[in-house]
Amino acid sequence: MSHGHEHRHHDHPHEGVIAAPDGPLTHYQVMEVALRELLIEKGVFTPEDVRREVEAMEGRDAGRGPRMVARAWLDPADKQRLLTNANEAAAELGFEAGPFRILVMENTPAVHNLIVCTLCSCYPRMLLGLPPAWYKSLSYRSRAIREPRAVLAEFGAVLPDGVEVRVHDSTADMRYMVLPMRPAGTDGWSEEALAELITRDSLIGVAPAAEPA
Amino acid sequence: MIAGVASAAALFAPGDRVAVRNAWPPGHVRAPAYIRGHVGAVVRVCGPHPNPEELAYRRSGLPAQPLYRVRFRQIDVWPHYAGDPADTLEVEIYQHWLEPA
Amino acid sequence: MTDEERTHPAGAHDVGGRSGPPVVKDEHEPVLWERRVDAMMMLLTHPSRKLLILDELRRNVEALGPGAYERMDYYERWIAAITNAMLERGVVTSDELGRKMADVQARLASEPTA
Repeated sequence: MSHGHEHRHHDHPHEGVIAAPDGPLTHYQVMEVALRELLIEKGVFTPEDVRREVEAMEGRDAGRGPRMVARAWLDPADKQRLLTNANEAAAELGFEAGPFRILVMENTPAVHNLIVCTLCSCYPRMLLGLPPAWYKSLSYRSRAIREPRAVLAEFGAVLPDGVEVRVHDSTADMRYMVLPMRPAGTDGWSEEALAELITRDSLIGVAPAAEPA
Repeated sequence: MIAGVASAAALFAPGDRVAVRNAWPPGHVRAPAYIRGHVGAVVRVCGPHPNPEELAYRRSGLPAQPLYRVRFRQIDVWPHYAGDPADTLEVEIYQHWLEPA
Repeated sequence: MTDEERTHPAGAHDVGGRSGPPVVKDEHEPVLWERRVDAMMMLLTHPSRKLLILDELRRNVEALGPGAYERMDYYERWIAAITNAMLERGVVTSDELGRKMADVQARLASEPTA
């Protein structure tokens, strides 16, 4: 059996843990296996529980957020609901938004919103999946709050004149998502087509939504 | 639940100017260092939450503390802020970290 | 140490406003063992178990100290913090962990890698 592949139908607790090509298993990889096996032995959870959680988080990638935003672009009532009760808007689409309240910040010609968690890396994981590594980096966490325009420029975002940049530091139990502005030239587009323009980066606020090709 | 107060009363309302206390305790602290001592305006009252600084030690975190979203001007927070004077930042701060300004 | 650091020390994790290099657009798709760390966090914090509170996890990450950011990756900090929390709660003992980790090390070191 190849240990490099994810054979989830085999009940091998160490599946997927392979030595790095250039070195042995790390102390922390060993710790992960050991803690998991101990907790399984103690009946805290089962291997199936772990598999299910891994698969659930993989399924939460950026498909949900773009759908919610595309609907908001198409229907003022959906937009209002997204801005006032995003958890409910998610539930209506069959998404579990999680235990925390999700707040959606609307980008307008006057205000561009950007999300960061300076103290750790809080992120609306239940909607968007795991955060990108750069969002969790010390550089982003240090600089986005203090020099947001420089960070936006590094991501290639060009802001119009006169816009206020508003950075949200999610220090408590709320989670944030940006509602980017709908690009011009998308009249008559379907929800699916619009969702394709709504990148994960635009939901964090480091970029606007993509332009129509 | 102990008899008495489960939630501290909300002291501030949207629009109120508040200062973040200039305190530097050890422990699990949820008021970021950069914002301590600064003055901003309450944007939103987020309701009472058990204090995470106590929850971190597996204590109840009660009485729950009102949580506020407070908006600051970037030019007030950072010396030589390089962006637009209209730029702002918003942080969620628990009431026990706030004083009237 | 600057005067500011002596009089107003911020934890190593409390980095808002510090200077830093340009953001590296690292996407680093988490590999399976990292996803399992995340899965364990979800399972342990679940209301049906409540064996870990998120604030407790954060405190444990912070308690790893400043070297943790130099020496450890994100999921390494998380697995260390989760394990410390489980030790603190008595869900596992240090002895159990030590024995199991040695067992795991022996088992996996002897198996072929892909």
